[in-house]
Amino acid sequence: MVGDNGAMSIAPAEVERPSVDVAADRPWVTIVWNDPINLMSYVTYVFMTYFRYDRSRAESLMLDVHQRGRAVVSSGSREEMERDVTAMHSYGLWATLRKDE
Amino acid sequence: MGFQRTDSARIILRTEEFERALLLSLADQLCSFILPDGQAGDCDADPLEAMVGIDSQAQRPQDPALARLLPDAYLDDEEAADEFRRFTERSLRQAKLAHASTVQDTLRRSGDKVVLSQDEALSWLGFLNDARITLGVRIEITEDNHEELAGLPEDDPRLASFQVYDWLTYLQDSLIRVLAPQESDEPA
Repeated sequence: MVGDNGAMSIAPAEVERPSVDVAADRPWVTIVWNDPINLMSYVTYVFMTYFRYDRSRAESLMLDVHQRGRAVVSSGSREEMERDVTAMHSYGLWATLRKDE
Repeated sequence: MGFQRTDSARIILRTEEFERALLLSLADQLCSFILPDGQAGDCDADPLEAMVGIDSQAQRPQDPALARLLPDAYLDDEEAADEFRRFTERSLRQAKLAHASTVQDTLRRSGDKVVLSQDEALSWLGFLNDARITLGVRIEITEDNHEELAGLPEDDPRLASFQVYDWLTYLQDSLIRVLAPQESDEPA
C-alpha cells in the first residue's frame, strides 16, 4: 500500500484476529493482502463502505494489512467468505479465503 | 485540483482536453485488456453479457497485471481457486468493463467540466484503481521505488507510464476524499 508517509517495510506476521467476529462456529476467514499499489485511503474506504466498519476499525485493519502484510477482515461460512472475497476483488483488493486454523 | 463535490451533490472534475483524451485512451486500453482473448477491443460488454455466468474455460491469467485484476481466491488450493474463477471471473470482467465504459460515456458528454452523479463517481473510482493496478504492475512499482522511477531518463518509456500512474493516483486520492463516508454517516 502507499500513503503519505512514504515507504514502509512489509513484514508478514501472524495476524491478530478481530476479537468480535471470529468464533468457533464461523470457521472461514477472508484475508486481504498488502500490495504496493492500493492507496491506504482507498483500503480504509473499502473496509468502511463494504463491511460498514467504523473508521477506527477500518484504519486499524488497513494498517495491519500494510505493516504485517495481511489481515483477517471478516469471518463466517464459506459461502459468506466467497461473497466477501468476490467483493474485495471487484474493489481491486487482493483477497483470499481459507478455513480458519 | 482533482474531484470536488458541488452544493447539488454532484461531483465535478475540471479537465484539460489532453487529459480527457488520455483518460479515454486509458479506458479503451483497459477494456481491450480485460475482454477475454479474441473479443472486440472496446468497452462493449454485450458479448460477455450474452453468455451465462459460468465460464468453464476461465483460467488464471498468464499476464501478471491481468492476474492482479482477476486474482485467485484460494492460495493453496488450485482446484478451489479454479472453480471459484469459473463462477466469478466473467462478472468481475463485466463490472470492470462497465466502469471503463461509464468513464468514457461521461467524458464524451463533457467539456472542461466533467459532472458526475454518485454512481458515476463510483465507477470512476473503480476505473482509476484498475488503471493504476495495470500500469503499476507494468512498471513494476514497489513501495520503495517511486523516486527511482520519477528519476528515469526522458527516453525511458517507463517514465511516461510512471507520470500517468502518479497523476491517476492524485485523481483517485482526491475522489476518495469526496466519496469517503463522513463521521456522521458512520455506524456508532
